[in-house]
Amino acid sequence: MAEYKWPDADKRTLIGKRISRTDGPHKVSGHARYNSDLNRPGMLHGRLLCSPHAHAKITSIDTSAAEAMPGVKAVYIIPDPDREIKWAGEEIVAVAAVDEPTARDAIRAIKVVYEVLPHSVLDTDPKAVGSLARPAQAQKVGDPDKGFAEAEVTAEGLYGMPVITHCCLEPHGSVIEWEDDKNLLVHLSTQAVSSIAAAMAPVLEIPAANIRVKQDHIGGGFGSKFGPDRWDFAAAQLSKKAGGKPVKIFLDRDSELMVAGARPSAYAKVKVGAKKDGTITAWQSESWASGGQGGGGSPPMPYIFNIPNQSKQHTAIQTNIGPQRAWRAPNHPQACLITMSALEDLAAAIGMDPLEFFLKNIELTGPRAEIYREEFQIAADLIGWKKNWHQRGDKTAGPIKRGLGLSLHTWGGGGHPSDCDITIQPDGSVELKMGTQDLGTGTRTTVEIVAADTFGLPMGVVKVLIGDNRFPTSGGSGGSTTIAGVSGATRRAALDALDQIFAKAAPALGAKPEDLEAVAGTILVKSNPAKRLTWKQACSKIGQVPITVRGKNPGPGKLGDSGVGGVQMADVSVDIETGVVRVNKIVAVQDCGLVIDIKTAESQVYGALIMGVCSALYEEKIMDAKTGKMLNPNMEFYKLAGIGDIGDLVVHMMTGKGYDERGVIGLGEPPAVSPYAALSNAVANAIGVRVPTLPLTPDRVLAALAKKGGSNARI
Amino acid sequence: MRGFEYASPTTKEQAVSLLGSSDDDAMALAGGTDLLSLMKDDIVAPRRLVNLKDVAELRGIRLLPDGSLRIGALVTVQELLDNAIVKRGYASLIHAADGITSPQIRAMGTVGGDLCQRPRCWYYRAGFGLLAKDKDGAALVPEGDNRYHAILGNTGPAYFVNPSSLAPALIALGAKLHIFGSGGQVEMNLENFFAAPTSANEKEYRLKPNEIVTEIIVPSAGGWKNATYEVRQKESLDWPLAAASVALKMSGKTIESARVVLGHVAPVPWRSGEAQAYLAGKTISEQVAETAGTLAVARASAMSHNGYKIQLARVAVKRAIMKAAQGGQR
Ligand SMILES: Cc1cc2nc3c(=O)[nH]c(=O)nc-3n(C[C@H](O)[C@H](O)[C@H](O)COP(=O)(O)OP(=O)(O)OC[C@H]3O[C@@H](n4cnc5c(N)ncnc54)[C@H](O)[C@@H]3O)c2cc1C
Repeated sequence: MAEYKWPDADKRTLIGKRISRTDGPHKVSGHARYNSDLNRPGMLHGRLLCSPHAHAKITSIDTSAAEAMPGVKAVYIIPDPDREIKWAGEEIVAVAAVDEPTARDAIRAIKVVYEVLPHSVLDTDPKAVGSLARPAQAQKVGDPDKGFAEAEVTAEGLYGMPVITHCCLEPHGSVIEWEDDKNLLVHLSTQAVSSIAAAMAPVLEIPAANIRVKQDHIGGGFGSKFGPDRWDFAAAQLSKKAGGKPVKIFLDRDSELMVAGARPSAYAKVKVGAKKDGTITAWQSESWASGGQGGGGSPPMPYIFNIPNQSKQHTAIQTNIGPQRAWRAPNHPQACLITMSALEDLAAAIGMDPLEFFLKNIELTGPRAEIYREEFQIAADLIGWKKNWHQRGDKTAGPIKRGLGLSLHTWGGGGHPSDCDITIQPDGSVELKMGTQDLGTGTRTTVEIVAADTFGLPMGVVKVLIGDNRFPTSGGSGGSTTIAGVSGATRRAALDALDQIFAKAAPALGAKPEDLEAVAGTILVKSNPAKRLTWKQACSKIGQVPITVRGKNPGPGKLGDSGVGGVQMADVSVDIETGVVRVNKIVAVQDCGLVIDIKTAESQVYGALIMGVCSALYEEKIMDAKTGKMLNPNMEFYKLAGIGDIGDLVVHMMTGKGYDERGVIGLGEPPAVSPYAALSNAVANAIGVRVPTLPLTPDRVLAALAKKGGSNARI
Repeated sequence: MRGFEYASPTTKEQAVSLLGSSDDDAMALAGGTDLLSLMKDDIVAPRRLVNLKDVAELRGIRLLPDGSLRIGALVTVQELLDNAIVKRGYASLIHAADGITSPQIRAMGTVGGDLCQRPRCWYYRAGFGLLAKDKDGAALVPEGDNRYHAILGNTGPAYFVNPSSLAPALIALGAKLHIFGSGGQVEMNLENFFAAPTSANEKEYRLKPNEIVTEIIVPSAGGWKNATYEVRQKESLDWPLAAASVALKMSGKTIESARVVLGHVAPVPWRSGEAQAYLAGKTISEQVAETAGTLAVARASAMSHNGYKIQLARVAVKRAIMKAAQGGQR
């Protein structure tokens, strides 16, 4: 029986090394096919009629003109039992035609009569929206009154961030076709290949087993692509009406931004108190949030710091905007921004270096306190905190002010259930199958690393097949659960397969299976390494029938864990005459247990920091109060950072003793939590005043400076 | 986008004869970086596109005998940036072109197209018309989200900002425009080309549906210090929040006369008479530049969300003057 554990550090040949993603050349050369690139034989183009109104009743729909148009093959009214539109951009009718222009013409020919109803799209002031603001939660911890009585210094402020959208570069959508009247082939842009069939089956009234789902590559999901969407069901229905022909519906950019994903906003009025020595004594927050019809999430506040006395109230605001969806670390970025900003303001009120202040209270973070301490030390060195930090307000002459800010975060992670099949052929070739997906995180690469390292093979030998629901089931890529899930299953499958190879090869080597080891393309006798077979020779002992072994996660042995943390520090320059913020540098120090591939791990963190810069400085779903429309459903005014806007990003992964033996843990969410707070704190440090809400745009920065008064407000 | 007919003439006479009496009939197509977006968003729907790119006489940059510079309407933003004569004498034009930070748009977008592109007002682009009114005829901008709208010349009914970055620089340099139509060629000061519309069926520039811009003539900038300063939030693909182009005719250390034109702050490129008058006879200093900036926005007024742009415009003028004083170095 194999012993299910990770190889010791000195035995790792690929695990933990710096390995480029195997599909990188394929992607940068344009060869990688995304489902939105697919053009199936005989394919029809689907388009959607979407509501221009944010709230309305549908009185009537007349599709006759569209149906009569040459080239139109199917028209499908999307079912909506109460015929009530609840956000602008909600889909009403889908059309499939021989080409895209015809489908668009057909959409324009459909007549919908609406009874327009009052809408509400703003969420910045709960008092302004009446009954749409509903108390959602109230909680007391300890004795807040006593906590504030003990406080010698208090700080109060408003903090928050608006709704942003997922803005996937590959929009949501699918190409769907009926292979016959019972079997459906689905090419969907999804984070959860294995679970799409079960979600589609009841609606389409066919067995889930008859639904085939495939996806080689995905152009971003960020939490918004776990299930089939309304337009995917419409594509299936259109295909059925059109005799099974493939129907392609991928959202236009404006729909992608309006309806395909929203991260809830969160705002809070916070009061925090501490003793003069920095000991935090009490927290009070009145928060509100919105993410559409359901209100927003309730951010876990105070974040990480378990302040002894707390009083909290949360309000959910219902709005007529496209529905919220999970977004990298749901609720954490909001909680982190609000908490770390409030605490940094408190440190400033005391006159204390926030690094010292955070460390002073680090025991409140619980069992990870010592790790945070170590991470802060490393981050401080990397950004030159001691040398570059100053009290609030850069006093140097000229309009450009520089500042430093910090933050810390946590996340669970831990492996999801995953099955992995490994087949070894008598000629030594190896195939690995798993119904997982590579969300762009490097899953394809990391499972190959795990299998190859286990077999003592180099990269390029194990053929990795993923992205098909006919392969063994694997969980959705969300919640930072993929890497631990797929690598646990792969390691177990590979170890079991290797056991079988050992058993077959042992007689030829005159040794017992348990005395064998797979090293550098050979199977050798541990006590006498000269006695060896090449991998190929060893596999030839299998006989005629290949070996297939299934590995599972969870399973025997401790291969994974959950619970990680990290700290980030940001260095910014702010032009106080224009309010323009520039990122000089962000340092991220992150732990995530055993790192399978240092390069793709760092790349996860880079991506998180870039998304952090985007939403800290630029992103905002701008809704027009009067018309209920999103005003910036395009890549022009839904602003994202370009390369020149990102600054210098420095990533340090915590590895080695104390980290590696925990096994594999996920990394997708945690580094996406802190950038907002670190950047907002850095801006406050630079200009001497808090800019209360994100994004940190010139108007907000100038308004904060003007409020502070002072000569900064004008040139 | 709706179906359309496509014509590709090779002379300006043919081009003009293929245009019609309204934008619904026909529209001129240069680089297409704006026009195609407008068509995709169903803001315009011409029945015919008249491609200008095969009209060779609309291309090229050259010096005219009197020392002025002739820029063909089809010259791309990138060609402008790469041109040695422009680089030598017209720093403010280089600064403005350089701000258009997308290589794709610089490669396709033309100077003529930059001057004739339509406003980016998000109400206009969402289908509420150039004057952005709701179905009851109420103006959406003054009480709506006007963070990128006008702070000068914003008494209505137009509240958008002119989107061209090249126009303020060219106006400050004293550029003229050649327009060709069925009646032949007319010359117009570029400044007079732009006018805020007063009704829904007017455009923001004076060009009949069957006329085209053929070339831009820029007088020699010898003796003029010139520069453009744009306040941009991002380095990548973005619009200036406010910008200023200045040209200062120097006599020794003294400003003999000045042209100060603000961009992205009014429905037209905004010439600041106040700042110009003040600068004449002054020696350049921080203090002088700052006062000029303050005077340039003296008549500005904020709508509900764009007050911050007054500060940005003031700073843009100040910094453009200082940049010009330093020889226009970037
Ligand atoms: C994201 C983004 C950012 C941008 N940032 C900036 C910026 O910062 N500053 C800036 O100035 N611009 C900016 N642009 C706009 C860009 O510069 C213009 O789209 C471009 O210059 C238009 O030129 P074109 O040749 O593509 O025009 P087209 O799209 O072909 O035409 C635009 C309009 O002008 C008309 N037209 C074109 N040529 C002529 C002619 N010779 N005679 C008569 N009519 C004509 C067309 O009929 C049409 O109405 C940006 C664009 C985008 C998409």
